[in-house]
Amino acid sequence: MIEAAELKRIAIVPALNEERSIAGVIAEIRAFDPGFEIVVIADGSVDRTPEVAAAHGAKVVRLPFNLGIGGAVQTGFRYAHEHGFELAVRVDGDGQHDPQELPEILAPVLAGEADICVGSRFALRAGEGSFRSTRTRRLGIRILAGVVSMLVRRRVTDPTSGFQALNRHAIRLFAADYPHDYPEVEATVMCFRHRLRLVEVPVRMRERAGGSSSITAVRAIYYMVKVLLAIFVGVFRRNVVLMEEK
Amino acid sequence: MTPLKISIAGACASVLLIIVVLELIRSRRLRERYALLWLATGVVLLALSLWRSGLNTIADWFGVRGYPPAVLFAVGVLFILLVLLHYSTVISKLADQNVILAQRLALLEERLSESSRAPAS
Repeated sequence: MIEAAELKRIAIVPALNEERSIAGVIAEIRAFDPGFEIVVIADGSVDRTPEVAAAHGAKVVRLPFNLGIGGAVQTGFRYAHEHGFELAVRVDGDGQHDPQELPEILAPVLAGEADICVGSRFALRAGEGSFRSTRTRRLGIRILAGVVSMLVRRRVTDPTSGFQALNRHAIRLFAADYPHDYPEVEATVMCFRHRLRLVEVPVRMRERAGGSSSITAVRAIYYMVKVLLAIFVGVFRRNVVLMEEK
Repeated sequence: MTPLKISIAGACASVLLIIVVLELIRSRRLRERYALLWLATGVVLLALSLWRSGLNTIADWFGVRGYPPAVLFAVGVLFILLVLLHYSTVISKLADQNVILAQRLALLEERLSESSRAPAS
């Protein structure tokens, strides 16, 4: 078991237009562990997200236009890789990821049992109800979870969760290659193809503190089709050659 | 009835299109996002080529007499138009983003030369 304090660590916070929630997210991460460098990736924000984040002491990387969550998060991984960070957590700027759950997500990575640990809304803890969401979204996630579990030959309950902790192997992989648009499902399959150890731990997620989800009903169907196509084609894809170790 | 030869040729061409598109995605030369319309084109053309009586029925709806495979070409042309229109919107977006990138770069260069001329004391 490594202590987190020994590692150079970063919190990657992708944010679109989250001026109402971003300050709270930054404060909570800092309250959990002030040793995390907090980097907010403002993905073409048109509100005051970058200013608010900077005013609360976060590093802010402003993307000149909206790249989508995949491009935004990969910007964070590239930053982490280039600056030699050894431990990264991803906490979304909309406030749905509760930094109080970070110890659970960090534990398997710090124990050396996982290269990437994902907070799952569906891996149940004893005596707790499952994640509340719309029925269609739960169904969509269940279909994706089934397909992914089949491909990686082990049970994955929440392949769409972006609440994650990563060690430097996972940071290096995602800095080199990360899927577009809605990336988590494909990234899950990528991890197994690159023989990274992925572990899920149960977490609770909150209702969004502000803003609105980027996934609408029509987009959800397009998303499903696109992601299914991507993971099936991805099975036949050669792995990327990774960048030099920093 | 659709001539058998046309049915076979249409099916082969559709399958070839689908295989080429999938291979382009696999080798990372085509993003899934831009492949979906091409795949839809391939699947629809394949279905119409193989389902010969269906092609006749559709031809009847549109009053195409004498040569049902004309519907095959019409559908093909329709999808090509869709793909082209889609690409026009994609190119427009790329052009907009290109302008923003060029402006950002120029402003950054200006800021860099400004700070090298007046080094921080």
